This record gives sequence, structure tokens and C-alpha cells, in this order.
Amino acid sequence: MGINGKSYIVGIYEHPCRAALDKTLPQLHAEIAKGALADAGLSKDDVDAYFCAGDAPGLGPINMIEYMGLNNVRHMDSTETGGSSYIVHVSHAAQAIAAGHCNVALITLAGRPVADAKEGKPVRYYNQQAPDFPFEMPYGPNVTNMYAMCAMRHMYEYGTTSEQLAWIKVAASHHAQHNEHARLRDVVTVEDVVNSPMIADPLHRLDCCVITDGGGGVVMVSPEVAKSLKRTRVKVLGAGEAPKHLAAGQVDLTYSGARWSGPKAFAEAGVTPTDIKYASIYDSFTITVLETLEDLGFCKKGEGGKFVSDGNLISGVGKLPFNTDGGGLCNNHPGNRGGMTKVLEAVRQLRGEAHPKVQVRNCDIALAHGTGGLLGSRMGSATVILGSEDA
Amino acid sequence: MSTDQKSKINLVVNSESKPYWEGAAKGQLLIRACDACGKVHHYPRTICPHCFSDDTAFVEASGNGVIYSYSVTRQAKPPYVIAYVKLDEGVSMLTNIVDCEIDKIRIGQKVRVKFSEAGDGYALPVFTCA
Ligand SMILES: [Zn+2]
Repeated sequence: MGINGKSYIVGIYEHPCRAALDKTLPQLHAEIAKGALADAGLSKDDVDAYFCAGDAPGLGPINMIEYMGLNNVRHMDSTETGGSSYIVHVSHAAQAIAAGHCNVALITLAGRPVADAKEGKPVRYYNQQAPDFPFEMPYGPNVTNMYAMCAMRHMYEYGTTSEQLAWIKVAASHHAQHNEHARLRDVVTVEDVVNSPMIADPLHRLDCCVITDGGGGVVMVSPEVAKSLKRTRVKVLGAGEAPKHLAAGQVDLTYSGARWSGPKAFAEAGVTPTDIKYASIYDSFTITVLETLEDLGFCKKGEGGKFVSDGNLISGVGKLPFNTDGGGLCNNHPGNRGGMTKVLEAVRQLRGEAHPKVQVRNCDIALAHGTGGLLGSRMGSATVILGSEDA
Repeated sequence: MSTDQKSKINLVVNSESKPYWEGAAKGQLLIRACDACGKVHHYPRTICPHCFSDDTAFVEASGNGVIYSYSVTRQAKPPYVIAYVKLDEGVSMLTNIVDCEIDKIRIGQKVRVKFSEAGDGYALPVFTCA
């Protein structure tokens, strides 16, 4: 059973805070739920399905449903695929609505890594019982060096340059200057990026995303509920999800799971990359964007460097406006998980509610893609294609 | 982004990993081979990830390979090199490149295993320029 046209996004909310020292994690989830439901014109008692991932404390839905007083929930999903979870949730909520399991689904993400670090709490936790842990952790893998090895190999195989990667940050910064909530609002140049300190060769500080607190939420409903609401609705057209990993030792770092999640989403939506007017692309690092764009078919494998250069991702300038909120690279990467904010900006674009300086004209079809885990080892990839009511 | 320092080695020794660390302490780089399908894999598992047979055993690898990719973690003190090394046997493993001039390390370079003392009678396989 397909999901095309069988559900709508009717409410979104992005928490404006970027440092949450005075807020608890459950409180952030609840503030986000309140904001997203208010945007939809619905109340908490309308919610009959709740979705959250590993960022939610305790046993996820169990604890959060109680805390928020969601008394009519009959469908729960705590799928955890790292930063891509929330795009998977959109897909799973669309399936659940299409199957008649629920009519009003609420998805929330929240995190406070900045506050946790200030309070001396461990920022990340990785289970020693993960099968890879004994054989990898002794070598000092961290988020940056694991993505850096992908960039290094991509450069080796395809001649991709640091300057080309830098264009991705430059484009994000052009968009972030218009976002009053963005963590970084200064427009940067290619030279600024390549002259910023080297963190893990070949990635510089400005090739990396920001670390922020906050989060976001989405409300999805059945077509019948959508028609009863005043809000501009955004139709879910197609979705795909895929794992990618080290394949028992057959390591290839030049592509991501988008190679498989993308085609599924395009096929279900009945569209091709040339139909996409706006793309939210997961941007934990510049290399994440470059490999994903290739894998989704916006350009050929190996030509990502050329594709992103010369402002091609800048709204109003290039052919593929991306991350017009400033993305994880400049705006917000709440809880070290960027999938939710990717959905939010795609919805703003389709509603015509992005900042006027970055709003894409006649934006009728948009894509949001998430990458969870590590591009350099194992990841969950997820793609969703959204459209306006007429799409 | 995170600039985690490379922390002190604390090996996780469990029933699947113990022979691997013991082999390293004897100067052997072990990989797991499957008698049912004839393929090798890494990291080592009891049940073959290729064919799901439990007819698997550790075998000694040659210890020779080439660098598939690498990165220098510059913010660590001292900086260290993380890498995937593709072994001559065909599987790649995450590791460190040690005792080489950091700025001369290249993808495709031949490397050779060596063993770093890891405490409790175990050792950690790392690689150096061949
Ligand atoms: Zn086998």
C-alpha cells in the first residue's frame, strides 16, 4: 500500500532557543508539541499517534505521552535511526494514517547538548554492547574524523576539492543571514571556510555543523482532518528509508544510503530530481551534502563538487536552492540530530512561508533527506518528498 | 563539532572479541573466515554475515594492506591518524596509522600491521608504513 496523497503535514514548530540552560528535556518536547499543535489548529486531545526517537528520555513514547498528557494515543513509534529518525517518522506516520491506525500524528525532537556540556553531563553515549564497539573505539573514531575519511576518499576518487566543499557552507550562510534564530548569521566566503582551522583532514571548522539545543515538531493528519483545518496543507508524496554500513568489511565511503532511499521516494511520488524545486539536505558536514546530492541523482556520482560550486545551492542564484533556513551548518542542529529541521524548512517552502529573501517561487515539490549515524561507517538514510495540495 | 581526544585504550573483552585480542598479543592479526561460504569478514562475528552459517573461525591474516582512507585528528594532543586499511585478504578495518610522518600519509600507501600493548596481556593491531 502506497502513501502518496494519503496524509498531510498541517503543523510545524521549530523551537527558537539554541541554548536551553533553563529548560529540561521533557519540557522542550512539550513546548514543541504545543507549538506544532497550535500551528495546526489542533489540541492535544486530538492526537491519536505519537512518534519520537532516542532523544526522548526514558522509554520514549511511554514517558513522554504521560508527561504531556496525550490521553487518546492509540499508535506509537519510537524508531531510532539517529538524525534521520524524524524523516523515517514522517514516512511511518504516513503509513499508519494510510492504514487507518490513526488520524492525527505528533512527532517531536528535542535536545540540549550545549546545556548538558555546561552542566558536565556526557554529551553522547554509545553502548559498549554495540557489536562494532570493541573493534573500533580503541582507534579514536569521532564524528568529525569519521566524516572526514569520506571526504578524503571522495577527493581521491573524483578530484573533489576543499573549495568545492566550502561552497556548501557558503550557500548555507547566505540563507542563514535572513534567519533571526540562526546560530551563525555571518555570510562566509570560500576563503573563510578553507582558512578556518583544520579539525580532521580534510574538514575545517566551517565544514562542520553547529551544536545547538532546542528541537522541532510536526503534526500529520488524514485527508479528512486536513480538510477541516484552516492551515495550508502539505501533502506527503513519497518516502524511502535504507540502512548502509561497512558490509562485513567491503568498505566504500564514496556514497550514502541515499542511493537506495532516494529512488524509493521518487518512485512513490512519481517525480524525478528535476521536479524538485527545493531540497533540504542533511548537513552535519559539507561532505554529507555533497555525497547525498549525488546519491539522490541531482548530479552524477563524482560530479557533486562541480554541482555545488558557484552558488548553485543558493536560493535565487542557483538551480537547486537548499537548506534555506541556514541548515545544520549555520542555523540549528538540535540535539546533534538534523532530520527534523529538514522537514520543517521544506514545509515552510511549500507553504510559501520561508523568509521572503529565500522563498523559492512556485515551490510545489520539495524533498527532505536525513542521514543518521556516521557517513564513515553505518547510517540510517531517509528521504521524503512533499508537495503542495495541487502537486 | 566534537573534538574528542583519543582516550586511553580500554579494550572491550567479550566472548566474541577475546581470541582477537589474545591473537594480537601473540603478534597475529586475526580475521574471521567462514568454512561454509569460503568468505572472510571483519569485524569478527560468530555467525557469518555473508551466508549466516555458524561454521566460522579465526584465521591469521598476512598483516599487509593499503590505506583506503584516513584523517588526521588535528585538535587532539598529540594529533593521531585514523584510517581504513584494506587488507590483502580483501576486507577493510578501522585502525590507526602510527610511527609514520603524518603529512606524508597517502591513500593507496602500503602499510604493515604492528601491535600496540593494550594492558592485561592483550594488544591492539595498528599499522605503519611498509
Ligand atoms: Zn559464510
